[in-house]
Amino acid sequence: MENSNEMKIIFDSRSCNESFVRVSVAAFCTQLNPTLEEVADIKTAVSEAVTNAIIHGYDSQVKKVEITCRIEKRTLYVEVTDRGKGIADVAKAMEPLFTTRPELDRSGMGFAFMEAFMDDVQVESRPGEGTTVRMKKTVGSGCRPFA
Amino acid sequence: MEQFQVKQRTLIVRMPKELDHHMAEQIRRRADRMIAAENVSRVEFDFRDTDFMDSSGIGVIMGRYQNVRLLGGGVAATHVNDRIYRVLHLAGLTRLIEVKREKMWNRDNE
Repeated sequence: MENSNEMKIIFDSRSCNESFVRVSVAAFCTQLNPTLEEVADIKTAVSEAVTNAIIHGYDSQVKKVEITCRIEKRTLYVEVTDRGKGIADVAKAMEPLFTTRPELDRSGMGFAFMEAFMDDVQVESRPGEGTTVRMKKTVGSGCRPFA
Repeated sequence: MEQFQVKQRTLIVRMPKELDHHMAEQIRRRADRMIAAENVSRVEFDFRDTDFMDSSGIGVIMGRYQNVRLLGGGVAATHVNDRIYRVLHLAGLTRLIEVKREKMWNRDNE
């Protein structure tokens, strides 16, 4: 399709990959010519989703996490999928300050940050099967991509 | 400068460039050891080197805040740039801890 571009990374659910993945997404979206603030927003949201997959989805076991990024016109779509334990009550999990892992010093702000920094966040999850977080953000002015 | 320093019962933690879940784990383990061993009552997080933080950083600050509050102490964040401030503010931490801001990169350089 014209005016679109897609990439996918499949990586081990190790915390050392968090930095690699958010930097890769940031690099991918530079073709939208985002501001520094938009890049920081996207990196934070990606970091939250990936951290959730590693800590909560897989309980720190090493399995695969998939991230797909698609650019259509001026909008970045990000999808983060794990095939881990899933979330029984998504609405509850998305409440600010709610966490199932207070002993790990988790603040319960992950989904709140994704919602604050992206235009839209959707979560699909089945207990025992895994979780997909879909986020999108339309990037402001600057040059036209694909020019 | 050492990443962790204790001066007069204040633990000063020089935060890393990128504060995510990976780095947060290491910081919280070392900070808690020093708080217990060195009779620390105040923790100062120095953000001069930091240009990325997610909610894992909020967890690190909140957890230490709860620890030293029990001892009658407090927590501060210093050299906080616009980006880090935004994250602290969004989490409501700017009402709980002392924040010393610094004009840096973000909007000025755009």
